Amino acid sequence: MAHTEATHLPVTASRVSRLPQSLMAMMLGLFIVGFVGFSHIDVVHNAAHDVRHSNAFPCH
Amino acid sequence: MNTFRAIVFSSVIAGFVVGAIVTVIQHFGTVPLILRAELYEKAAHHDHAATPDARDGVAAAHSHEDHEHAEAWEPGDGFERNAYTAAANVLTAIGFAMLLAAIFAMRSGNAGGRISWHEGMIWGLAGFAVFTLAPGLGLPPELPGVPAAPLLSRQIWWVLAAATTAGGLGLIFLRRSLPASIAGLILIVLPHVIGAPELDHVETNVPAALSHQFVVAVTMTSLTFWFMLGGVTSAVFARLDRDNPETLPG
Repeated sequence: MAHTEATHLPVTASRVSRLPQSLMAMMLGLFIVGFVGFSHIDVVHNAAHDVRHSNAFPCH
Repeated sequence: MNTFRAIVFSSVIAGFVVGAIVTVIQHFGTVPLILRAELYEKAAHHDHAATPDARDGVAAAHSHEDHEHAEAWEPGDGFERNAYTAAANVLTAIGFAMLLAAIFAMRSGNAGGRISWHEGMIWGLAGFAVFTLAPGLGLPPELPGVPAAPLLSRQIWWVLAAATTAGGLGLIFLRRSLPASIAGLILIVLPHVIGAPELDHVETNVPAALSHQFVVAVTMTSLTFWFMLGGVTSAVFARLDRDNPETLPG
């Protein structure tokens, strides 16, 4: 498909926003893994106990 | 679909698929070993003679009241416990998939091309090196009932090992220059020179053979997990990202 000049400009402009969006998603992912695997809250620890051991996250 | 939504949606889809499969693998691989180790752990708490016989053990495993964590809620053995394990696996997979998909977004954004599922698996292998291999060298996968250094110190070292390994691999494979590669190698080795926190004297009645079996089971399960997560996440992300106005070839 042919791209006209008009489609180029907004593409270049919005490509800049791809990095911050990716970094934000990365932070969210790390937060989720941290909550499930590294929480010191007993209830969270007990619920995810077998997963922590199976993933070799530090446990107990 | 914009980039953030494409990352989150593909991670959720990949997380459910891979988390479910890995739960089944763990059910036959690592979980039986954890349950067996808990028999020894509980026997030690009961001040019984060193080794429990199997029938004693099964009885002990069900009396959670005697467990040291008894004050806090914990899922009942059997279905409830497995359900929480499955949920935690799915969440963990979603979280790790977000890291991968974010990398795919940045890579395909820069290159203007798409990440293939095969390239996704290579990124999965990197995830295995960063999150299993590197921390596992200093802090091998441990069974319940094996005493270890204070939790927080091990968590800090674990995060340090994962972070430096990620940074080191990035310097070596993404920069592709000699100084960067040397710096990367130093970064990867650094946490192991510092050394993981460990106890001077470890006494446990969990058999060494069981612990060894567990290390193998965890490592292989994790390798499978990361290969699948890399492949599935990249395939789904490429699909959802296809119509992204932010990445139309310019």
